[in-house]
Amino acid sequence: MTDTAPTHAPKMTKLPLSERLKPWLPVLLVPVLIVLGFALIPSPSSWLTLTVSGLAMGMMIFVIASGMTLVFGLMDVINFGHGAFISFGAFVGTTVLLALASMTGAPSLMLNLLAVALAVLAAMAVTGALGWGFERVIVRPVYGSHLKQILVTMGGLIVAEQLIYVIWGGQEIVIARPETLKGAITFAGAALEKYRLVAVGVGLIVFLSLRAVLRRTKLGLIVRAGVENPEMVQALGYNITRVFVGVFVAGSALAGLGGVMWALYQEIITAHMGNEIMILVFIVVIIGGLGSVEGCFIGALTVGLVQNYAAFLEPKLALISNIALMVAILMWRPMGMVPVVKAK
Amino acid sequence: MMRILSGDSPKSALLAVLLVAILLSLAFAPFLFPGSRSLETAARICIFIVLVASYDLLLGYGGIVSFAHTMFFGMGAYGLAIATDRIGTSYGALILGALAGTAVAGVVALLTALLSLRVRAIFFAMITLAIASAVAVLVSQLSGFTGGEDGMNIRIPRELTPAFRLFDAEVLGQRINGKVVNYYLVFAGSLILFLTMLRIVNSPFGRVLLAIRENAFRAEAIGYRVVYYRALATCLSAMIAALAGALFAIWLRYVGPATTLGMEIMMDILLIVVIGGMGTMYGAVVGTTIFVLAQNYLKSLMGGLSEATAGLPLIPDLLNPDRWLLWLGVLFILSVYFFPTGIVGRLRGTR
Repeated sequence: MTDTAPTHAPKMTKLPLSERLKPWLPVLLVPVLIVLGFALIPSPSSWLTLTVSGLAMGMMIFVIASGMTLVFGLMDVINFGHGAFISFGAFVGTTVLLALASMTGAPSLMLNLLAVALAVLAAMAVTGALGWGFERVIVRPVYGSHLKQILVTMGGLIVAEQLIYVIWGGQEIVIARPETLKGAITFAGAALEKYRLVAVGVGLIVFLSLRAVLRRTKLGLIVRAGVENPEMVQALGYNITRVFVGVFVAGSALAGLGGVMWALYQEIITAHMGNEIMILVFIVVIIGGLGSVEGCFIGALTVGLVQNYAAFLEPKLALISNIALMVAILMWRPMGMVPVVKAK
Repeated sequence: MMRILSGDSPKSALLAVLLVAILLSLAFAPFLFPGSRSLETAARICIFIVLVASYDLLLGYGGIVSFAHTMFFGMGAYGLAIATDRIGTSYGALILGALAGTAVAGVVALLTALLSLRVRAIFFAMITLAIASAVAVLVSQLSGFTGGEDGMNIRIPRELTPAFRLFDAEVLGQRINGKVVNYYLVFAGSLILFLTMLRIVNSPFGRVLLAIRENAFRAEAIGYRVVYYRALATCLSAMIAALAGALFAIWLRYVGPATTLGMEIMMDILLIVVIGGMGTMYGAVVGTTIFVLAQNYLKSLMGGLSEATAGLPLIPDLLNPDRWLLWLGVLFILSVYFFPTGIVGRLRGTR
């Protein structure tokens, strides 16, 4: 029996670079893709155009998908009716923009932006309220059962889509972009559509403010803790249900914003546009890792870029490029690029 | 009798009467309801019973939501169409095409299942939605191979077309032409496929599926490979859907994206399974019959109501026959909440 502690010499060697790089690999994916695109696309100017349009598309998908992924992360609710908020947002926004035709038609940037801001506010207010009702009536009774959630939210989607037909009729609506956002600017020989630059800017603002709220505020702390372990947050005295309703409403409002952005991007809206976008949104939340905002951001940009590059390089391939991307990423990381760790 | 039903009796007198009535009406449809439109409806009911029941195998017994069921349905139909287009009109081409479509459906289902069920069962719903929409776009783009948006007309053997007479004499005042022969091909095929599925869900395999649906974790702990069972259920359901698609193609003598791959059909299937009764098989029979009849006759009722209320605001729009999906959606949500076992569950008195 000796009193001396066993000798032990911990090794202070650094992890090899490849190990330290591992968590950052998904973040590197987007720059790597952009460089790869530069290598594959013969002319730099078309590369720049494609990159901007890919980023713009990615940003819009991110704005839509972020709410859905948070709702899943926080309350384990999978909402197939999210597409309805996109369509509703687009229709409300378009209606406001058409009503403000004098403002959107004027060649003044301030008036144009004001009109768009009003349209966005109206769309977000309507879809936020709709989200609140949707959560109350449709989702609330089916917590805990994924099967029923999928069925019921799908039913909600059908009803919402039919309501759009009732309110706005079955025709497509054409909506022109505001005067000063039309056309393109030329930069380094590449034509960059003004609106796409605006979309990239809006997307970045949404991402950065979401991150700031989630990382720097107390509310964000509760939300993040709720994603990890809802029971414990509840036990500590926070009303997680109220937080959840808030996130659901915010997520629906973001989908409405995304809907307006998409409407101005395509310049045409249909009642089933939400469904078409939802397919991309699903791919994005799956490859990003369900529940993760950062993963969703990376996933959205990846999908946007791959789609645009593929459409240029091999148009036939563009159709299945996203599916191929999803398969490849799920093989590489089955839980998505930024997996959310749950303490369950 | 019980052996034919694989020991799965209707367990309710009213349900039994309904099922017998449906079976008899379908079996003697050409004589009971003469006219091409009602024969069309009867054949559609037969094929959709198989399609919906195969979806029930996945949703009701396996507890997996798929949105690619019409894709598999379409694979069977397109397999048959492409085979007759390339090889020429013969029974061999029909059988080969149906089998090839079924095989492709099985392989695609297996790959999808392995990719998504390995991770999380809910991924399956999203991934199948994405894949199905990509395939639907692909089919309409590859017009050289699939006929694109226009679809393909299928030349089937002459014995199955209206121009053919089986014999000159009339039976019960009805000429037995090729269309009737074709109908009985569809009817027999559907009956065999349905009874096969009844056999599958009442086998030990079906019981394991039910156990997994109720509690996947516990089933895994008892020693059943959950992924293996779920993947097999996906494959079986996809292959039966493909066979139903082949029957549909033979009946319609046409295949196109809208008739086989459309999202509307997928929604119809989902609505019928839930309203008819998930996990009962008979729910598919009752649900499909009611649904197809309602689709044909309720729409005209709604049209009448819409015109009758033409003076009021909003109400005529809500009652417009094109909006019948709205009411069906509401009915669907209500039935998920209040009657999760559907019509059949209600009739059996279980909740």
